[in-house]
Amino acid sequence: MPLATPAPFGGPGPYTRPVPAAVIDLRSVGVRLGDTPILRDLDLRVEAGEAVGLIGANGSGKTTLLRLLATLLAPTDGEGAVLGASLSSPERFAVRPRIGLIGHTPGLYPQLTLEENLAFVARIAGIPGEAVGEVLDRVGLGLARHRRAAACSHGMQRRGEFARVMLTRPDLLLLDEAHAGLDSQAADLVAHLVEGVRRRGGAAVVVSHEPGRIAPLVGRFVELQAGAVADPGTAAS
Amino acid sequence: MTGLWRQAWEIARKDLRTEFRTGEVLLITVPFGAAALMLIPLAIGVDAPLLERVGPGMYWSVVLLFGVLVTVRQSAADGPAQMDVLTLLGLDPAARFAGRAGASALLLLVFEAVLAPLALALYGSDPRGWWWVLAVLPLVAVGLGLLGTLAAAIAAGVASTTLVPLIVVPLSVPMLLAASQVTEGIRVGATIFGWLLLLVVMDLLLAVAGVLSARPLQEAAR
Repeated sequence: MPLATPAPFGGPGPYTRPVPAAVIDLRSVGVRLGDTPILRDLDLRVEAGEAVGLIGANGSGKTTLLRLLATLLAPTDGEGAVLGASLSSPERFAVRPRIGLIGHTPGLYPQLTLEENLAFVARIAGIPGEAVGEVLDRVGLGLARHRRAAACSHGMQRRGEFARVMLTRPDLLLLDEAHAGLDSQAADLVAHLVEGVRRRGGAAVVVSHEPGRIAPLVGRFVELQAGAVADPGTAAS
Repeated sequence: MTGLWRQAWEIARKDLRTEFRTGEVLLITVPFGAAALMLIPLAIGVDAPLLERVGPGMYWSVVLLFGVLVTVRQSAADGPAQMDVLTLLGLDPAARFAGRAGASALLLLVFEAVLAPLALALYGSDPRGWWWVLAVLPLVAVGLGLLGTLAAAIAAGVASTTLVPLIVVPLSVPMLLAASQVTEGIRVGATIFGWLLLLVVMDLLLAVAGVLSARPLQEAAR
């Protein structure tokens, strides 16, 4: 499935609030689920215009950290801020539309077509509907726009997720297992998304089990070990 | 249309479109509800006066019990991934509650409307009391829709959808009582204003409770 020429994802987003210098600022943050610590004493600062690769073994806390950064979880210890909003206060509700998360499981509605899914997203977010066709073309799903999501392959659904993020143009992009289920052409979309958000002055955190694939996209790696940031030297290696 | 109502309309439209395509809610609950209505006359036999007397109560009992299924299935329309997407789109939790409750109420109204003629045929040859049921149908549908959506949001906080019927059934008893009493009141010529007022007040209380608790319940479910 051919991809259209990537372009203006790097253009200005729909949000008028400026992106702070530190898009992510976590200080001694911990997250516990019940009595189980998932993240421990975590410090992380990601500047505007930066992309960071997040690596670590299964169960090291990568997905939990992404959900924390997406404001879907609140820290149980320490302090943190995303896009200038404290993760422990109701401020975080206001920045949610500026965050784009692509998780393990596609968030498309199976019984809606790809076009209907994106049009629904656009209407909820208050984005003009004309952009839907454009982003579908750009992720190579233009010809499949009337196909229900349930009838799409996993890779096509991932492309649909990318189209959603292109539509909403977030200031903070969070990608979990960025290249999972993608062919080489679609994998280029990851690069376009990350580069686009950086050009807009935002930031990206990219989780992958294949550090080699995301190395060209990110400025540095952060490795998690058992819920804590590993020695920086470990990640560098 | 304000942002909240526009978002609520979009949620309801999406839920109804999904139901229109899959029929997952009505195609499952309507046959079961109809079967339940038919079983009772079979058990009682051809005692027409008795059937006429118990008809409204039986109808509303079936609406309540199977209406719970409508709301439970409806509340499962959004999985965790879809919930994350909706949250990060900035969807107002109150709009989600209103939209979902509205879609549930419409499906419940269809459910009630399909079963009402069947109940009339099976239980009562005198339709006098039944005509007034038409006025009560929307009130009960809205109330059950609100209650089911609220219960689903509470149950999501403890990750157990099995709680939904346990919350809905006891709290909907006043609705069942009021709806039955309206029908019975008309049949015997008693006043029904108090029972109608009870239904309206319950709907309003549930709507206020659902809107006010939408945000805390959404955050607690994470």
